[in-house]
Amino acid sequence: MSLPVLDVRGLAYAYPGGHQALFGVDLHVHAGERVALLGPNGAGKTTFALHLNGILTPGRGSVTVSGLPVTGDSLLEVRRRVGIVFQDPDDQLFMTTVHDDVAFGPANLGVRGAELDARVAEALRAVGVEDLAGRAPHHLSFGQRRRVAIATVLAMRPEILVLDEPSSNLDPTSRRELADILRSLDVTVLMVTHDLPYAVELCERSVVLSEGTIVADGPTRAVLADAELMARHRLELPVGFSI
Amino acid sequence: MGSGHSAHLHVDGASLLHRLPPQVKLVGLLSFVLAVVSVPAGSLVALGCLVALAAALLLSTGVAPRHLAARLVVALPVVVFALALPFVASGPDSAFGPLTVSSTGVTAAWTVLAKGLTGVLSAVAFAVTTPPTDLVAALQRLRAPALVVVVLSFMVRYLSVVTEELARMRVARESRGFRGRGLRAWPVLAAASGALFVRSYERGERVHLAMLSRGFSGRLPETSPLTARPGEWATALVPATLALTASVAARL
Repeated sequence: MSLPVLDVRGLAYAYPGGHQALFGVDLHVHAGERVALLGPNGAGKTTFALHLNGILTPGRGSVTVSGLPVTGDSLLEVRRRVGIVFQDPDDQLFMTTVHDDVAFGPANLGVRGAELDARVAEALRAVGVEDLAGRAPHHLSFGQRRRVAIATVLAMRPEILVLDEPSSNLDPTSRRELADILRSLDVTVLMVTHDLPYAVELCERSVVLSEGTIVADGPTRAVLADAELMARHRLELPVGFSI
Repeated sequence: MGSGHSAHLHVDGASLLHRLPPQVKLVGLLSFVLAVVSVPAGSLVALGCLVALAAALLLSTGVAPRHLAARLVVALPVVVFALALPFVASGPDSAFGPLTVSSTGVTAAWTVLAKGLTGVLSAVAFAVTTPPTDLVAALQRLRAPALVVVVLSFMVRYLSVVTEELARMRVARESRGFRGRGLRAWPVLAAASGALFVRSYERGERVHLAMLSRGFSGRLPETSPLTARPGEWATALVPATLALTASVAARL
């Protein structure tokens, strides 16, 4: 099989206060896959995501991105390859205009001038918000902010897009529009969520993280159809929704 | 939406001051104010002309006088101080109707008033024609310390986020019957400010993570560097040149 985009082996992590969040997580994601990382609140999903681009350093185990180990020397390249979109767009969009925010990542990689402008335009076009370039992020609707947040990462041309709860706080229309956009992107996606219908809609494969370990990994419909597994790990489909 | 949250200062427009690049305007403003300060005390006519020049600059922005008047209230302490000076200063007295005033005080009052007003008028002219984001870009272009630029840029970006958070907390308090009056409200308000501080601090940490995730290394990249033509620099420095000429002439 080809070199996985994401190769996580035996990843364990305890916070400085002593709380152990991850107990040996193994995960492989291959190019072109869209994988949902499911788990209840407090399962360690976000902690796991922060290891993928070297924000947190594993206590034990390793993370490799397309063959490049995540270590101090490779951090800038790893952060280009792994684009994390955080849950709250107000955390992600910190510059004063949409253009500058989308340009922030590629500029840190040394891209300048016309090439930079082209990257910004390309990323904004990919999420359908070209006309917002000159606006201030705090003047946008929540759905627009979420899309711009994705553009900020796309502008770095990542190999894998890691989305932390992409559907949270979105109204049904914005939610569907975002799903359309995610489907249209030609990039590997790891979607961290507890929105199970969204996982069914977008991801062919799902991984369940519970209490710091992977407890299931398989086709999304098969995983979600296992009622006993789901109940044990506090995952529930909305009322009236069936697989 | 356009100017939205910054609507209390900046107003969109197409005047000459609106069109000048912000870094040019900032240098023009600072040099003008410094040149005005250098005019010797007692040069009554020269100072009067400079106040008129600053007022003309402000009017040239084409911003509604009502909007401008509200911004100029900031000059009130200077005006009050200047009006009091003739009565509190010592020096040779002269009669002013039924009152006795210090003539040194009158000169000092006019000088303070003129210099203060010139500063306020020109600063307001700058503020109403320059969006806060452009001010940040201008400081960055003028090589202000990176830390100052970052702090200012984040203030511009997050002021509204924190204000909205504060407003939501107030609504939540009042929805549960709280009324912010009297001494008994203080512990609640103190706890609310503490909570706001902790939330903002935590947001700061999350923003920092998001920045690191996109390769931040301590300096905000200058993504679209500002440029200016020599003609624009020359235009922006006209007021400062006039003030400097007045200053030199008054000393001869």
